[in-house]
Amino acid sequence: MHVGTGASIAFWIMAVVAVVSASGVILLKDIFRAALLLVVSFLSIAGIFVTLNADFIAAVQVLIYAGAISILLIFAILLTRDVQEGNPSNRLKIPGMFMGAVLLTALIVVFVNTEWRLSTEAPLDSTTAALADLLFSNKFVLAFEIASVLLLAAMIGAVVLARGEDE
Amino acid sequence: MPVDRLATGCQPLGFWDGMGLWEQWGINFFPRLGDTMCRAMGGATPGGIPDWLIFAILGLAGAFAVVNVAMLGVPYVILLERKLLGRFQHRVGPNRVGFFGLLQPMADGIKLMTKEDITPRVADKLVFSLAPLVFVVPVLLMFAPLPWAPHAVLADLDVGILYIVAVTSAAEIGVFMGGWSSNNKFSLFGAMRVVALVVSYEIPLVLAIVGVVMLTGSLNLAAIVEGQRFVPNLLWQPLGFIVFMIAVSAELNRAPFDLLEADSELVSGFHTEYSGMKWGVIQIGEYAAIIGFSGIIATLFLSGWKGPAPMPGYLWFVLKMGMIISGFIWVRATIPRLRVDQIMNLGWKFLLPLALINIFVTAGEILAYPDGLPVWLIPVNFAFAAIVVAVAARLLGIQGQPRQVVPAPPVFETMASS
Amino acid sequence: MIELEYVLFLSAVLFSLGLFGVLARRNAVMILLAIELMLNAVNINLVAFTVYLSPDLLVGIIFAIFIITVAAAELALALAIVLRLYRTRSSVNVDEVNLMRW
Repeated sequence: MHVGTGASIAFWIMAVVAVVSASGVILLKDIFRAALLLVVSFLSIAGIFVTLNADFIAAVQVLIYAGAISILLIFAILLTRDVQEGNPSNRLKIPGMFMGAVLLTALIVVFVNTEWRLSTEAPLDSTTAALADLLFSNKFVLAFEIASVLLLAAMIGAVVLARGEDE
Repeated sequence: MPVDRLATGCQPLGFWDGMGLWEQWGINFFPRLGDTMCRAMGGATPGGIPDWLIFAILGLAGAFAVVNVAMLGVPYVILLERKLLGRFQHRVGPNRVGFFGLLQPMADGIKLMTKEDITPRVADKLVFSLAPLVFVVPVLLMFAPLPWAPHAVLADLDVGILYIVAVTSAAEIGVFMGGWSSNNKFSLFGAMRVVALVVSYEIPLVLAIVGVVMLTGSLNLAAIVEGQRFVPNLLWQPLGFIVFMIAVSAELNRAPFDLLEADSELVSGFHTEYSGMKWGVIQIGEYAAIIGFSGIIATLFLSGWKGPAPMPGYLWFVLKMGMIISGFIWVRATIPRLRVDQIMNLGWKFLLPLALINIFVTAGEILAYPDGLPVWLIPVNFAFAAIVVAVAARLLGIQGQPRQVVPAPPVFETMASS
Repeated sequence: MIELEYVLFLSAVLFSLGLFGVLARRNAVMILLAIELMLNAVNINLVAFTVYLSPDLLVGIIFAIFIITVAAAELALALAIVLRLYRTRSSVNVDEVNLMRW
């Protein structure tokens, strides 16, 4: 895939912002600020999707993650009011760090040693129409319907769980 | 939009009927300037300057122009609102500074900038200072894909309307930041109420757009305007228009949905603690959002830059925006504020079913007449919309009868929804 | 130029950070935040594979859309459980929820 200089500059800025804010999410003591940094990380990942010519998924990323999921998370943080306790880590801090490092090394070794069969085709200029055709074709329409049923079930489940039977 | 595609100098780029980026700017914003610049730089590949740099400079210049149009619009929308509200209340409105009070917004701006900027001692200072910015930036981003005239669009996004919905939903984060960092219970209550309201009304907002998108077959805003060939979408989508207008005024926190600053209950919601220019920035964000959403309504339902008389496209567009803004002000002057539980009922039990019905009916019409809808459907649509709205309002009225009040569980008390 | 490996490296870093967060945090909501980070890393991978390996098929992007759907459903349920937990125990510390532990 050919990518211009401008796009790769944008990619590196976004990548650095994503990694820095993701580390902030994990390491910050103040969980409200951690949630805000998670939003920054979501937005920069949307920017990375744009540099990869995936415009539809970038818009969906901003809409669902930055607009809905992070709002839900902040709501949960405010409703559970453990903010004053800060963000303590448990006994697994050192093993967790070790596991993370091991996983990172393994992933890097795997993808560096893999022979990628890169496609020479130019990516689609606009993925939206092609995605819609594919999503509602015979291949994926059943999965699409199942996903909507899943969302409905999750919604009902969440309402039942959050209300409880004692009311 | 991939960056490379735009960064090809003054060659025709293939989109917009062979119009290049240079011509797009040249024709509509600065007459023939683009052509001259392009020739001065030596044609398609200006020597020495990388494509991406040209793209960045042009993009920044365009963004500067569009943002300033929005920003200059804000004071005059505020003035229009004060004047009209005055008329509605049998007053004159501001008329002391300049002719007819035309310089009033400038005076207000100077007042705001010279006021003391207070940060509460117990506030989370960083988040408190960032919140107005996070509130205003998504609103300004909203102006990027708006087509002001044929080919005069800053970013011709293929996902246009989806981008706008996505970007505006990020403004709630600013509301949350302001409410939380003020360390004040009224601010926090205001923020939580507003976010609960906006999240609920985003669903009918998006579903009302779906009808228009199905008629056009594109998410691109310019394509949506082009798709309204003879009549505006309003005539095909009266139900969608009603739902969209109500959802937008909730999204904008305008009356009758102005829980944001229900002064009698919450002082003034999430910006209680803000003063000086930080408060001014929040205010700019609110009014710029009104301008932006009027532009979107004009694009989606009122055929954007097109009009029956030969007038430049952007004049039509601005005229339609002004009409819609005046409509919002009229509503504010007329309808009293709703209670929180009434607002939630209206959103979930009235707007959501209506939006779903609209999608089903539109899909049926398109299936029945794939080659364009016949004209006789217009009165049918209006009659149908009237009947559906009347029935739904009746059902909602029965639902809304006073009933025994159940005390809210402790966790939901802060959300203040029943 | 953006190579495929750079994108994969970015997503690997984000995924490892998320894994560390899931293992090391006590607050249930923070664990959810870290899970969302991991899901995002997976989405970056899928989109990158689509763009670099089979741009005509678009299957990776469709997978990413389904992942976002499932993530939304999972998050709604998880937050409901967290709220429930908070109401019964007035804490969201996962170390204190050890009834089912040996």
